[in-house]
Amino acid sequence: MQDLGISVLFKGINMQRLLLGLWAALRISLISVLISIPLGILTGIVMTLRNPVTKVLTRVYLEIVRIMPQMVLLFIVFFGVTRVFGINLPAELSSIIVFSFWGTAEMGDLVRGALISIPKHQYESAAALAMSKAQIYLYIIIPQTLRRLVPLSINLITRMIKTTSLVMMIGVVEVLKVAQQIIEANRKTSPNAAFGIFAVVFLLYFTACWPISLLSRYLEKKWS
Amino acid sequence: MERAEELLKLEHVKKAYDGQEVLKDFSLTVHRGEVIVIVGASGCGKSTLLRCINGLEPIQGGRISLQGQVIDGRAKNIADIRQKIGMVFQSYDLFPHKTIMQNTTLAPIKVQKRIRADAEKEAEELLQRVGILDKKDNYPRQLSGGQKQRAAIVRALMMHPEIMLFDEVTAALDPEMVREVLDTMLELARSGMTMLIVTHEMSFAKAVADRVVFLDDGVTVEEGTPEEFFERPKTERAKRFLHTFEFDSVKK
Ligand SMILES: Nc1ncnc2c1ncn2[C@@H]1O[C@H](COP(=O)(O)OP(=O)(O)OP(=O)(O)O)[C@@H](O)[C@H]1O
Ligand SMILES: [Mg+2]
Repeated sequence: MQDLGISVLFKGINMQRLLLGLWAALRISLISVLISIPLGILTGIVMTLRNPVTKVLTRVYLEIVRIMPQMVLLFIVFFGVTRVFGINLPAELSSIIVFSFWGTAEMGDLVRGALISIPKHQYESAAALAMSKAQIYLYIIIPQTLRRLVPLSINLITRMIKTTSLVMMIGVVEVLKVAQQIIEANRKTSPNAAFGIFAVVFLLYFTACWPISLLSRYLEKKWS
Repeated sequence: MERAEELLKLEHVKKAYDGQEVLKDFSLTVHRGEVIVIVGASGCGKSTLLRCINGLEPIQGGRISLQGQVIDGRAKNIADIRQKIGMVFQSYDLFPHKTIMQNTTLAPIKVQKRIRADAEKEAEELLQRVGILDKKDNYPRQLSGGQKQRAAIVRALMMHPEIMLFDEVTAALDPEMVREVLDTMLELARSGMTMLIVTHEMSFAKAVADRVVFLDDGVTVEEGTPEEFFERPKTERAKRFLHTFEFDSVKK
């Protein structure tokens, strides 16, 4: 029978290394998400202000994030900062900075969209019922904003998890990097390992992202 | 006959948007139990007028008062005053994330601090009266336009207002649903509620109004009983306005 390289997984601590790699990827995205959500909410609120200065600034910020490939941002932070400022940023910290920079912009845009999509009537009919500003936000505006926001931000989170595969380019040992190392090390003994190992990597990403997508679909159905 | 209490008083009200005057010198006194219909061409400021009464829009001159209390959207007592003024808008403005029961009891519970069970019991009675009790656990999107509008009326009534303002509440409805909403309003008028109604439904206006106010160019052009206004309009402008609701026969 053709060896698909699955056996390589159970050699030594290979499986454990892969899981640790996955954990590195998830850790980077999780911390970045935790930073991006509050900062993104603030950015989103700032984006809805009618102030021309904040409008231009947030616009430029969002455009930079959208136009620049994440890889370029990673290189700028990891290599550029080291060169220019002489500070040695660890690869994982650089990754978190870049992912938070990106996540905050995208999250901000989602929050802005959710906020402006609440019709003016919702504020006014609540005010006409004698609700205070705080009550209007607490019971009417924020719940509706969150309902629109949660499925979209979950989508952003899965995109961030997937994009962490880029951080190996600056030397973070995450799941894809580990996979490559394992394949390299076993090139002689099981030349087909690439297939099996990458299949496992696929499964690992899948198990990380699938429940998140399921949750988003469930919430979307529940709140539509 | 002894005149009922003066409930709502508008004196020389001026309202402008960015320098463009919408209400120029508008005065009106509404007595308790009176039903007043306001008519006028599109864009003449009817919605603006109702929004000013509720303090949703600031005014640039004159005075609006309810039972002697001046209405000012930025004043501290605005929440107290708004509880006494029920408002129903043209667009269905129910809260989409809340059931009909939650829509109708939210403000009584949170603003008036009423006991949930009491509020729910009253909401059930009112929903029964307007014929949508079976929808109480549904969300607004599951209701027809007419049902939503009746729910919005119940939501406003739940605050026990002294006066109800209606802004073209049937304008966005399919024709077959207009009737059920107008019937609800007629019943409310019969029960003695003080009402200020903006509508383009002229036959309804005739049936419900104690007084008709014709608004044009920011002032009251004509005011009178429905018979006077619809049968024997005095001013040229009123005649022209009423004429837009009639059709000349095309047959020679
Ligand atoms: N928020 C606003 N900013 C600027 N102008 C406004 C605003 N709201 C209304 N207007 C203007 O004020 C005038 C009166 O508007 P309003 O909505 O009160 O008219 P209306 O009598 O209710 O008309 P309709 O019968 O079409 O509902 C219009 O010319 C409108 O363009
Ligand atoms: Mg209007």
